[in-house]
Formats: sequence, C-alpha cells, structure tokens
Amino acid sequence: MKKKLKEIIKKYGSNRSFLVPILQDIQREYDYLPREALNALSQLIDIPISHIYTVATFYKAFSLSPRGRHQLSLCMGTACHVRKAPQIRDHLVRKLQIEPGETTPDLEYSFNTVNCLGVCALGPILVADGEYHGQMTITKADKILKELEKKERTTKKVAADEN
Amino acid sequence: MADMVTVKINEREITAPAGSTILEAARDANIYIPNLCSNEELTPYGACRLCMVEIGGSEKPKLVASCIYEVADGLEVRTETPRVNNVRRFVIELLLARNPDAPVLRKIADRLGVKDTRFKKRNKGCILCGQCVRTCREVVGVSAIGFKGRGVTRQVSTPFEESPVDCIACGSCSYICPVKVIPLKEENGVREIWKTKFELKKCKKCGRYFAPVKQLEYFSKITKLPKEHFEVCLDCR
Repeated sequence: MKKKLKEIIKKYGSNRSFLVPILQDIQREYDYLPREALNALSQLIDIPISHIYTVATFYKAFSLSPRGRHQLSLCMGTACHVRKAPQIRDHLVRKLQIEPGETTPDLEYSFNTVNCLGVCALGPILVADGEYHGQMTITKADKILKELEKKERTTKKVAADEN
Repeated sequence: MADMVTVKINEREITAPAGSTILEAARDANIYIPNLCSNEELTPYGACRLCMVEIGGSEKPKLVASCIYEVADGLEVRTETPRVNNVRRFVIELLLARNPDAPVLRKIADRLGVKDTRFKKRNKGCILCGQCVRTCREVVGVSAIGFKGRGVTRQVSTPFEESPVDCIACGSCSYICPVKVIPLKEENGVREIWKTKFELKKCKKCGRYFAPVKQLEYFSKITKLPKEHFEVCLDCR
C-alpha cells in the first residue's frame, strides 16, 4: 500500500494543496479511502490526520468504508419523487436490507439516494453501476438487480475457470 | 509603525492599522460588537455571524462580518442599525436552538432583547465556532481535532471519532470553548478528554499531579529541553 501511495504522491509533489486530488487517486485505487492509507498519507505529506479526516468527510464523493461491488443510486429529485421514487426506494431498502447510504454486509451492493441527476424527463431514474435506467418501476428494479447478480455470477465463474 | 487608515465607525473617526479588521478597530475604540468565534490569538474565521455590521454610504449599505472584513480608508461602518440588530437577533436565535442554556449565548441574547428561540431546540451544545480546532492547530500546534462532515451534520470530532492520536491532553480546546461543551475530567492522576484517559505526571518535589505526561513530552520535543527538565512542577522549579 505504501508503495502505491508514494507513486500517487510523487505525481503531485507532496504538496499539501493537492490533498483532494491525492485522495481522489487513492479512492480510484481502492474504491474507498482505507484508514491505513490515510494514516500513511498523513505522515508522508505532513498533514495532520485530523485535517485529512475533515476533508475526507466533507466531500460526499469520498467514502471511508468499503463500497459494494455494485453501485445503485436512486434519484429522489422532485420529478422522480412525484413519479413514485419513494416506493422504489422502500422496495430496495426491504430487498437489500440496508438503508440508503449503506452497503450490504457481503459487499455486493451499495445503495444511496441522490437529489437530482438532471434527467427528470426519464424519471424515476435508477443508476446501476453507472448505467442510467429511466422510468423505473419496482418490477424493473428487480430485473436490474437480477441482471447484476447474473453478471456477478458469470465473472465469478470466469474467475473460477481461470483458477 | 504600520500604515494607518481612518475609518468612520458610528460617525466616529477612528484610526486603525491597515490590515486590521473592523472588529479589531472597534474593540480598540471601545465599541462593542458581539462575537463568539473571534479570538485575538487565532486567525479570523467568520463562523458565528454575530459580528455583522453595516458598511458603505447611504446608497448601497452592505452587511459584512466585521471579524473578517479589513478596514480601509474612508470606510463607513455602522454597528447598531435596525438592520444589523435584526440580523444579530436572528443569528442568536439560531445559535440558541443549538444550545439554549449557554450563559454566553444568553448574555448576548439579553443584550439584543431576545428571550427565546423560535426554532426547534436541538440541544447540540456545540455552536461550531471552531475556536477549539483553531486553538489546537495554531496555538498548541498539534491539530488533534478537526471538523467532520458538513452542513447540518458538521461537528467537531477526533479523527475517525476515536481516541485522538495526536492529542497531548493539554485541555486548551475545553478551556477555549465559549459554550463549555468539551468535557475534561481529572481524577487520581488521570485526565480524561475526548473520551480518552491520559496519565498525569507527578511533581518530583511536591508530589502533586501537574500536567499530562504526553504534554510534557511534547514540550520537551518543541523546546529541545531534556525530559528531566519537565519532571518538576512550575511551583517547585
């Protein structure tokens, strides 16, 4: 981890004003901000860990806990809201057994709600692994979850075959 | 002497060093402006918004936070207009909603004629003035605590909300806090702050507990004096 970190820092020349891009790079590498990485970073670029923690918790784009393999974002903007996004949210909460903003214990799914994705005409919007699905319904959401699961299984199978 | 500028505060001509803030200039001239987050020892921050004043001529008066607005030649400042007081009353009500009982807030509220807050009382205690965080960073120099989150969930916190690794248990944060919401307990040679217990050092001569071990180690590090120098309390030295 330290080697990777040093590579990232080298890119920015251990300048403390580059804290945010450095954190972005760390998150790109590990998909979240591991604690050990932040502690090591604090020592390497001489920024107090309290300050790194402040920045890391300030921006919603940073996550301090591991995120699921699949990212689900449901739009709760006004247009999506009136087209029954809350019912879809409740359904996903029941189905995944997690609250918005959480990750399933098996690290398969992270589910969060967002306030507007700017595609109100297609609402309600569910974003699954970066792919936008419009005019969402509970049935369609279930279908998408199934597809994600299938994708998961095939990749697992491929991995097993390779071994 | 630094360059001086002349400003008008409440129709009074006042000279102040260039680069100082309206609040500082007013303080020197004995003009009261309520404030909570400003401290002479700390960099201006502009968090509490109680020090709002009106600046500019009669044409387009502006409201600014006097603790971060620098004086300039010919600047006109008014500290007690109805508009200013209105804003301050609103701000103190918002602060009271976070901490309805703090004596400092009550005192300012009384002065502004505010009896109670119209907002739902949340009793968060902390008013987010940031004095503890700035003291820890600027005066103590260890930066053990910081803010966490933003907006309504913002709070003062130790890193990862656990025992602060850099804390030396000096207690400055607890001391500086205007609303006294950082608990510090001392018992049987142990000081507890930020939910962490720190061992206190016993004076070699009088046997009194006088300072946290970690703080003395830190002193020894920054002053480059040997550890033995800090084994005796100030009274016995």
